Amino acid sequence: MGSPANHDNVASLATDFYSLLESFKETPFYHLLFEIFLVLTVLWLILFRKPRRIEKKLTEKEKQELIDEWQPEPLVPPVDANHPALNVRVLDGIVGKTIEIDGKKSLNFATFNFLNFVGNPRITDKAIQAVQKYGVGSCGPRGFYGTIDIHLELEERLAHFFNCEEGIIYSYGFSTVASIIPAYSKRNDILFVDEGVHYAIQKGVEASRSTVKWFRHNDISDLERLLVEQDIHDKKNPKKARTLRRFLIIEGLYMNYGDLCPLPRMVELKYQYKYRIFMDESVSFGTIGQTGRGVTEYYNIDRRKIDLISSSLEYSVGSIGGFAVGSSFVVDHQRLSAQGYCFSASLPPLLAAAAIEALNIMEEEDTTLCDTLMEKSKRLHQKLLDIKGYLIVGEDISPLKHLRLTNSQNTVARLEEIVEFAQTRGITITVARYLNDEHRLPEPSIRLILNVEMTDEELEFLCTVLQEARVKVTV
Amino acid sequence: MSNYQTNKPRDDNNRTSDHRNHEEFEETPTWAAVVTVLGYAILSALGWLRDFLRHIGLEEKRTAHDPNPKDFVPLYQSYECFYTRNLYTRIRDVFNQPIASVAGAKVHVMERVSDDYNWTFKFSGKKIPSINLGSYNYLGFAENQGPCSEQAIKSIETYAVTTCSTRHELGHQRYMKELESLMAEYLNVEDCMAFGMGFATNALNIPTLAGKGDLILSDKLNHVSLILGARLSGATIRTFNHNDMKDLEAHLRKAIISGQPRTCRPWKKILIIVEGVYSMEGSLCKLPEIIELKKKYKAYLYVDEAHSIGAIGSRGRGVVDYWKVDPNDIEIHMGTFTKSFGSAGGYIAGKKNIIDYIRVSSHSACYSSSMSAPIVHQIISALSIIMGRDGTNDGQKRIQQLACNVRYFRRQLVDMGFIVYGNDNSPVVPVMIFMPAKIAAVNREMLKRGCAVVTVGFPATLLTESRVRFCISAGHTKEMLNHALKAMDEVGHLVSLRYSKKNPHRRWIELDHADYDKEYTS
Repeated sequence: MGSPANHDNVASLATDFYSLLESFKETPFYHLLFEIFLVLTVLWLILFRKPRRIEKKLTEKEKQELIDEWQPEPLVPPVDANHPALNVRVLDGIVGKTIEIDGKKSLNFATFNFLNFVGNPRITDKAIQAVQKYGVGSCGPRGFYGTIDIHLELEERLAHFFNCEEGIIYSYGFSTVASIIPAYSKRNDILFVDEGVHYAIQKGVEASRSTVKWFRHNDISDLERLLVEQDIHDKKNPKKARTLRRFLIIEGLYMNYGDLCPLPRMVELKYQYKYRIFMDESVSFGTIGQTGRGVTEYYNIDRRKIDLISSSLEYSVGSIGGFAVGSSFVVDHQRLSAQGYCFSASLPPLLAAAAIEALNIMEEEDTTLCDTLMEKSKRLHQKLLDIKGYLIVGEDISPLKHLRLTNSQNTVARLEEIVEFAQTRGITITVARYLNDEHRLPEPSIRLILNVEMTDEELEFLCTVLQEARVKVTV
Repeated sequence: MSNYQTNKPRDDNNRTSDHRNHEEFEETPTWAAVVTVLGYAILSALGWLRDFLRHIGLEEKRTAHDPNPKDFVPLYQSYECFYTRNLYTRIRDVFNQPIASVAGAKVHVMERVSDDYNWTFKFSGKKIPSINLGSYNYLGFAENQGPCSEQAIKSIETYAVTTCSTRHELGHQRYMKELESLMAEYLNVEDCMAFGMGFATNALNIPTLAGKGDLILSDKLNHVSLILGARLSGATIRTFNHNDMKDLEAHLRKAIISGQPRTCRPWKKILIIVEGVYSMEGSLCKLPEIIELKKKYKAYLYVDEAHSIGAIGSRGRGVVDYWKVDPNDIEIHMGTFTKSFGSAGGYIAGKKNIIDYIRVSSHSACYSSSMSAPIVHQIISALSIIMGRDGTNDGQKRIQQLACNVRYFRRQLVDMGFIVYGNDNSPVVPVMIFMPAKIAAVNREMLKRGCAVVTVGFPATLLTESRVRFCISAGHTKEMLNHALKAMDEVGHLVSLRYSKKNPHRRWIELDHADYDKEYTS
């Protein structure tokens, strides 16, 4: 029940309120605007303004103290003096079918001399002629008078050999594929890469800054799974998918495993999922296929379906450098965008001359080099399977095989002992060397490489020595 | 680019050395910059017009076609190729010119003709004999006769062309040890390691020296291989203005005080990467000041002497020799064998523990073929000549001939009124052209007069700073240089290249030649 005093209070409040409203109506317009502006400013200050970060203001003395106190780490960590890389065997003389170490000769199953071109007299002659005409170095990159007519000849010959439109050569095997991948694949593009690729490809993939999807080595179903996932992702965002390039990076014959890639199925998937194939045939060039033209010849696939084939001149061809072949559309781009091509001195002419002569020998009518090599590889594979205690990794036609010990005895130390023992008996083999930051470090193994000039007796001898070594080491 | 900088070499006895170490980068005249940008704008506009005509079918598409079906994602973005299609192709005949002889002081350039405005070339069969002012042949070792090539030929017979194996496996030949110990002696350091490619030496070894949590301070104008190596290492990269010691110091201070971004943890180590001679500017790095800074802030120093080893310094030992600093103050000496030794490959030298680590963990040593025998023997015999081990003073003569040639050539160009960048003693002589059309004009006109030169524009240089870059060699005689200067004089008059505001514009015959001849007698 309101008393008369309360009632009065409410009434006076009401009149005050009413007079406030009246005065509101009488205020000039600009005054109102100003008041509203002030209110909004206050609201903004309270709700939206971010608190200013307090800058760390150090005094000069404090700065100097920080500078004086800072201690860097040593530039390099200490290195074990017994590391195998610091105690490598020193060689002298030609590293061909036989090599000389410490004055003793031994059979060489360790270097990538598949077609025995090292020390070939025809190649030696041509190299000497090139030195007499062009000197040794090329003295400049391809853009600045470093392009010599012999480079152009080699590029034409390589393109002709592979029946492709254009070829391009590089002065270093490692840089070839490591420069090619970043030239085409940029940030946000998608790379489907086999896990077993060799280190140079891994570095190329890293340098490209693209999205990388690794699939299990030679596992087509894993690749299909990734492709299907990507497809689903694309369907959600088709506009973006139209700008993303996709590449499949594989090797013809894997250097770390000695097995062939399942190329036919990969080419089928290419047209289904619309990616481009970049294949590295460093090891399979000159060794696989009837005439050494690589995995495409072996599987009888049209080379035009592979977008780019890159390879190395450092293995079967017996020179130094690398190259890539493909359609002009793809290859020509590298002449301006591949860093290892544009910013590096070109291949010394004598090495180009050696490569041309090696190609001549490979293309000769009556040569059966590659056929013979595949046959001998099959025979060696059979012989090796007969030795107990070893696990042979690789295709039977592959001249590059990896040997591991069975069970849990497969360690680098034991393999080194086998290598040492073999050396005392006149066989040179080597443990495959890797750096620790490989994407997927392969298991320790001995990398056996077959030279096409090896006779059956020599292969038998190799197997005998391997057998004895195993017995000695695992006892 | 504004400064007129002078650097006096450190001289402890207060006597002025006669190095005349003066470096200059005259400012671009404003009108030239404006005309250059206008030129590029007109070219771009024409390019868009042509692209439009091609798109609607009025003009033939000349670029190659993708063999894949149409629904594949395009391999190249159209804007990437815009520059190639519309600007580069117009003057494509001026780049990648093939030669048919040894890249010595004189070279035979193969003549190319094009019927379709540089889209395709045909060789006419004619070879143009020219003075080679483009190849990197500083000490004149690019020869196909003489003791070096004889050694190379002998080595091919003894060792064959390659070993087909890596340094970690069976590629370690005795001659590699010989080369490395000779090079270490040459540089006056403890140990050295050689690689088959100069580019790869940087790109594959910097990742072993730096990693995540490290800071790399790299000069703005560093070579692509250094930038690639730094990127692959995973370290944080910051660039400082070219040869600007104040900027470098500011970066060092800021880095140590603030630490890593976001976490503020202290940096694990700081690596400063500079080059000895910068190949596009012709400038030398300010080594004594960098070493002072590096000692003050406890950073490590990596010097890339690709263009300076053999070419700079009174004994040809590079910038370390030129500035007379202690080689042990620099952690990593890097260089290449392509330029002054007439061969191929690169090296890294320094203290034994650092080189041992590189031997163990270098990507190149583990996965690449070892160096080819004739390449190595060419370097060994070139080194023996330079060091005087062959019993003659041919090496010292070459070094002096190069130094005289450089001063003779540079002084005359400057006195004729051209803008010449770089240090007075650097064998790389960039002369500014600025306008894009002149890039082609200078190259073609000089070739007509028997001089093979290198002209560069965007993107190798800044947009408005196209230049013609001369590389002087010890193999050039005074007559050859006179011929080149006369040609440059005519071309400069024809194409109007005299931009200098500091020096008067003069023709070659107006110069006092007796004064320049003194360079050879003093």
